[in-house]
Amino acid sequence: MSFTPFNALVRRDLHLFFTDRRAVIMSFVAPILIASFFGYIFGGVTNEAAPSKIRVAAVDQDGSGMSGKLVAALSADQALAVTAEPLDQARAEVRVGHTVVAAVIPKGFEQHAARAFVRGMDKPEIQLLYDPSHGPELAMVNGMLTQHVMEVVSGEVFAGQNSQKYLDSGLQELNRTPGIDPAIKRALQQMLGAIGQLNAGARANPQAAAAAGGFSMPFTVKTEPVTARRGQAYNGMAHAFAGMSVQFILFMGIDAGMMMIYQRRSGIWKRMRAAPISRFVLIGSRAASAAIIAMVILCVVFSFARVVFHVRIEGSLPGFLLVCAAFSIMTAAFGLLVAVLGKTPEATRGLAILATLILVMLGGSWVPAFLFPQWLQRATFAVPTRWAVDGLDGMLWRGLGFDAALAPVAAILGFAAVFGALAVWRFRWDTSA
Amino acid sequence: MLELRGLHKRYGDLVAVEEVSFVVRAGETIGLLGPNGAGKTTTVSMIAGLLRPDRGQVLIDGGEVRGETDPVKRKMGLVPQETALHDELSARDNLALFGALYGMRGPGLKRAIDAALDLAGLAGRARDQVATFSGGMKRRLNMATALLHDPQILLLDEPTVGVDPQSRNAIFGSLEEFRRQGKTLVYTTHYMEEAERLCDRIVIIDHGKVIANDSLDAVRRLVPEVNVIEIDIENAGADGWYAGLRLLRDVESVGIEDSLLRVAVRDLTDATPRVLEWLREHGYRYGHLASQRADLETVFLALTGRKVRNS
Repeated sequence: MSFTPFNALVRRDLHLFFTDRRAVIMSFVAPILIASFFGYIFGGVTNEAAPSKIRVAAVDQDGSGMSGKLVAALSADQALAVTAEPLDQARAEVRVGHTVVAAVIPKGFEQHAARAFVRGMDKPEIQLLYDPSHGPELAMVNGMLTQHVMEVVSGEVFAGQNSQKYLDSGLQELNRTPGIDPAIKRALQQMLGAIGQLNAGARANPQAAAAAGGFSMPFTVKTEPVTARRGQAYNGMAHAFAGMSVQFILFMGIDAGMMMIYQRRSGIWKRMRAAPISRFVLIGSRAASAAIIAMVILCVVFSFARVVFHVRIEGSLPGFLLVCAAFSIMTAAFGLLVAVLGKTPEATRGLAILATLILVMLGGSWVPAFLFPQWLQRATFAVPTRWAVDGLDGMLWRGLGFDAALAPVAAILGFAAVFGALAVWRFRWDTSA
Repeated sequence: MLELRGLHKRYGDLVAVEEVSFVVRAGETIGLLGPNGAGKTTTVSMIAGLLRPDRGQVLIDGGEVRGETDPVKRKMGLVPQETALHDELSARDNLALFGALYGMRGPGLKRAIDAALDLAGLAGRARDQVATFSGGMKRRLNMATALLHDPQILLLDEPTVGVDPQSRNAIFGSLEEFRRQGKTLVYTTHYMEEAERLCDRIVIIDHGKVIANDSLDAVRRLVPEVNVIEIDIENAGADGWYAGLRLLRDVESVGIEDSLLRVAVRDLTDATPRVLEWLREHGYRYGHLASQRADLETVFLALTGRKVRNS
């Protein structure tokens, strides 16, 4: 068997691809540009840069010492950028998107909060006005607000200037309230009385009073990114380059399929079929050239990422190459399937691009798959792009070993086999008039 | 020798080719004639192995082509109706590619490419992108590409469609050279004058069937004593105005192209006065009158009742 026709067809495809300026830009420049952009947004090269703060407006309608301390505590939070504003202005700022959340501290907050803290009744309502396009930030602000309210209110009740007044008020309400189990009532009276005695002692000794300070968070948090190895900072570019490479290589696969459709229309296909070569040479050469181009794209794009953004293969290099090779083969099969299922180039291109965008979206190329709902995370294992992105992530920044590449490679090759079999099965070999 | 035995091809309910059989002897040039959709290209596609016939056989030198990789396919060269070239590649690269499909490489391929470029008159443009070529240059290269591997049989599927007169002459010059070299040509066309100029034998296909298969003179004799009166009508009427002429004695067929009325008659002496009298009686005036022997166009019209072109 002579490989001359096979080699000639592969060389032809490579020549046509690399002399097509649009194809080269789409396959090499576009993924680099877009991956750089996404990588920057999702953390950049390291996490050393300060994360952007959530813009919060504090509307203090109470004007009390307690509400002032609460605003000060919020302002001191590293995660928040707090400005004090009147209600109307705060609402307007949220509506135009300049502020994410406005926290409205109502009149009478101090009085009601202290009483509610002791007796759990008549709670003041802090209103949160929020930008509905920032749902996750609302949850974060809510959590931080809870923390600061608990710290400030407990501090005021247990060690503030008005502490005894709040305790006395609490005791009176406790005594007035009917229906409480006598044993529980007695215990609560003893607890409030003991706090009062504690505060009296503390007032005699101011240093001890300062140390008391009310409730505080009973723990501190230390964060550590778990990456390839201890002390290795996460490089957000790694995932972005993996995702965008997958996307644009699939686009290249579409172009490879489109080329076959154009060849069938131009008569070149007739001329090739008239030659004494098998259909496996015709299809195989097309698949081989697409796979080679995909590998070249992956190598160039990740070389760029390595040099410019220091994206390293922290895991197994053979595993990385194996994932790349498997995905390249899958892309070739995908291109063949596009060529087979397509009727007209125009309609085929539109549908294939739509299918590819869905595949890459579900595969986690745009945003990491862990942000998806659980059911969707499970469902995305049914698309090859998820395996490709996970495989590349594993070999790049997660620093996993060769073994971890085997499952993604097997899955990707499985998809390649299915796509390839469908393409061969549905291929219209006869060339009519 | 190329032999077609009972070729049959159907697309759904449409019978594209029905029991087509003919033989092309070595060194012979046959014209496969018929209107668009008659089944010419389907027949050529089955000869070239692009289409599998539902029934029948294609034999080359007595042997059937077996499989896609059968070396017998090297004996044939196909010039498709479309210009089957890569516009993005140079003329030389196109030739190198299609030569390689026949296993050619090295110095042999280079010699064949140089010869093909000379034949196509494109030696000076060998390294230019095909995209920069005129339509005629592409057609010439399209044909040269089929000759790289020196096939015995050349299948030409309407190779002059859309070609300027200069390139058409160049293509014809090449084809006549192939004839002199003893190659076998199967030439499909609906240009009758091309078939008359080039072909030893004519196979007329209509509705997928062979309705004539003989030498040019013999085909002409299929409609004996037919002559054609050509009359340039000055005031032609609405569609079908000339239908009454067909009812006259000795009139075989009537057709019109622009203002030129063509009336095929068996006996010029008897029929001409009747035709002219009919025109005068119906108020039609004419500015020019001529007669000629039946050509292929007329033969086709007489055999099928249809014109070849634009049918």
